[in-house]
Amino acid sequence: MVQLTINGIKVNAEEGMTILDAAKSVGITIPTLCHMKNLIPTGACRICSVEVEGFKGLTPACAYPVSEGMVVETDSPRVRRARKTIVELLIENHPQDCLICVRNKNCELQDLSERYGVREHRYVGETKSHAIDISSASMERDPAKCILCGRCVRACHEVQKIGAIDFTKRGFASIVTTPYNKGLNVSDCILCGQCILVCPTAALREKSSVKEVAAALYDRKKYCIAQVAPAVRASIGEEYNMPLGTDVTGLIVTGLRRLGFKKVFDTNFAADLTIMEEASELINRIQNGGSLPMFTSCCPGWVRFAEMNYPEILDHISTCKSPHEMEGAVLKTYYARKMGIDPKDIFVVSIMPCTVKKYESARPELKENTLPDVDAVLTTRELVRFFKIAGIDFNDLPESEFDNPLGESTGAAAIFGTSGGVMEAALRTAYWKLTGKDLEKLEFEQIRGMDGVKEATVKINGMEINIAVVNGIGNVKQIIDEVVSGKSKHHFIEVMACPGGCINGGGQPIHQKPEKVMKRIKVLYQIDENAKHRKSYENESVKTLYREFLGEPNSHKAHEILHTEYFDKKKILRN
Amino acid sequence: MHEKIFENYQPNDRSSLIPLLQDVQNIYGYLPENALRDISDFVGVPLSRVYGVATFYNQFRLTPLGKNIIRVCRGTACHVKNSANILYALENELKIKAGETTRDKQFTLEVVNCIGACSIAPVILVNEDYHGRITVKDIPKILKKYQTIKKTDKAEVTE
Repeated sequence: MVQLTINGIKVNAEEGMTILDAAKSVGITIPTLCHMKNLIPTGACRICSVEVEGFKGLTPACAYPVSEGMVVETDSPRVRRARKTIVELLIENHPQDCLICVRNKNCELQDLSERYGVREHRYVGETKSHAIDISSASMERDPAKCILCGRCVRACHEVQKIGAIDFTKRGFASIVTTPYNKGLNVSDCILCGQCILVCPTAALREKSSVKEVAAALYDRKKYCIAQVAPAVRASIGEEYNMPLGTDVTGLIVTGLRRLGFKKVFDTNFAADLTIMEEASELINRIQNGGSLPMFTSCCPGWVRFAEMNYPEILDHISTCKSPHEMEGAVLKTYYARKMGIDPKDIFVVSIMPCTVKKYESARPELKENTLPDVDAVLTTRELVRFFKIAGIDFNDLPESEFDNPLGESTGAAAIFGTSGGVMEAALRTAYWKLTGKDLEKLEFEQIRGMDGVKEATVKINGMEINIAVVNGIGNVKQIIDEVVSGKSKHHFIEVMACPGGCINGGGQPIHQKPEKVMKRIKVLYQIDENAKHRKSYENESVKTLYREFLGEPNSHKAHEILHTEYFDKKKILRN
Repeated sequence: MHEKIFENYQPNDRSSLIPLLQDVQNIYGYLPENALRDISDFVGVPLSRVYGVATFYNQFRLTPLGKNIIRVCRGTACHVKNSANILYALENELKIKAGETTRDKQFTLEVVNCIGACSIAPVILVNEDYHGRITVKDIPKILKKYQTIKKTDKAEVTE
């Protein structure tokens, strides 16, 4: 322990702690821009500059370790002046279009400008201008709004280990971009959107589908149906100042109805359906010698990653469509027929925590008779904006239930939104399929939590099934290398591209605190615990669907509607 | 053509990135995209980072050089003698910006800080030839001289 003084307050700090963290421990917030928790500091932006007694210049608090007897001033006139100048310089090379910016009121640069009282333009000069990259179906890149803090670069390189974008050129010409400034759609980018979550401004953002959905809702010929992913209900409350970890399922359903959706269904229904298909596929592969290990296919970011980098393992990925695509496919076939609606008139909107789902819904193979399974995807953030446009006061909404039959779900489906959840749900059903009995203990604690790779062995009927859960695409390489070299001992591997799973997806509310993710995860496990049914095979609506329409899991019909195929996309990168 | 250079290096060693880029540029005179990809695979660094390094340092070029390289001196003495106008005129005449190469690959236009010929400022260097005390009016004439070389070259090739 070392003792130091910050703003006249005696602080006991651990050795090696930075000034930033020491100050935080006594309630002093030093502003940061380039700083990212749990990553090595770069000290690039200097906004965290503080005055340390005996030091000639200002010191970056995010990078400098505390020492015994240190005297720090975090808010002296000199510090304030320096920070204000930094903000002023950043603003002058930044488009002044806050009024029409998607991050208005949710922008770190704006906050800093307010905090340091910037009221005039002191440094008018040349500003950079760059074209907006709208090439991908999921994301937009607007380098003119970039303040070069480098957080997206670090999220992409150090957290996700993709490295699609980086700093290029230098000085005034510096720009964070893809190699050769090409579109994201033809880069290494998997469109996970983790960079959006860390971007302080609107330089990185989702490609909005709000307009398109609004148009469909006002089209009388269209029968608009919404479906909601599990992770959305655990996070959207944050945007309405509700306590972290509030389950707002009922409010979302009411809100969507008020927007004009004729039906509001639960993607969890399709998650149960996915489990029925996926568990059967796994057992089939184990018993009949199919490609093992089998990877989950719910995460389109992971699928895109595999298609672009490891085409040789595509036969290892489950052929199941992801849950919202299954829901869409069932809506446009079974449901349309049952209700006597022309599938052409059905407009399916998925509310997702994810940016990649936008790209996924545009994949040409995910279609039923030329009609896309899902017509549009809105991220959690877009839904919040949509509610705002429609004047829906979320906090005051009454609760209501999902429509049926495609709204019923079990607890197993709710945990799809978190890392380890798909695996856990699949194991519950696989156990039942193989033994005919229900699992006694449903929770698989070994595969819960935020570790990068979680492994376990499950004994079913004397057979040992080795499983692995990859949490974040940055941790997948070692597992894939084992598969490629044929040394893998696993049978079943779950991969979710975002750290923590969909709950921390690129379409979720912008946040900076890792503990938020844990609170959201808790909500999903709580839903599971409180559910009447916690195993996918107990979902009555799923049973009915098989009885009336699909036959049995992995039947010919099920394959036609619920399964898909993957393609080698390495060429895209090599052109 | 550049595959051989990898023989001299250990794979997955980030510190060999810049030497590798230099080697490739020595072969082609610039850094072709497929070479950058090969370097990225060999060094184990994402392409975006290789591209970032290649665009950070002035010594690296991402486009092939033209047949003739025009270097415009923008040092202090030349600046006083209005080299900005010379550069502007060249850009207009060649229809490219400084740092670029004409479409027909005949000229590359570069800006340098001082070429140590201040006594004859403003000065431009075309390949090895110094053209001193030039005015905007001289430029078409100078360019034409090198253009003619181009035409005869072409004739030789077709023969």
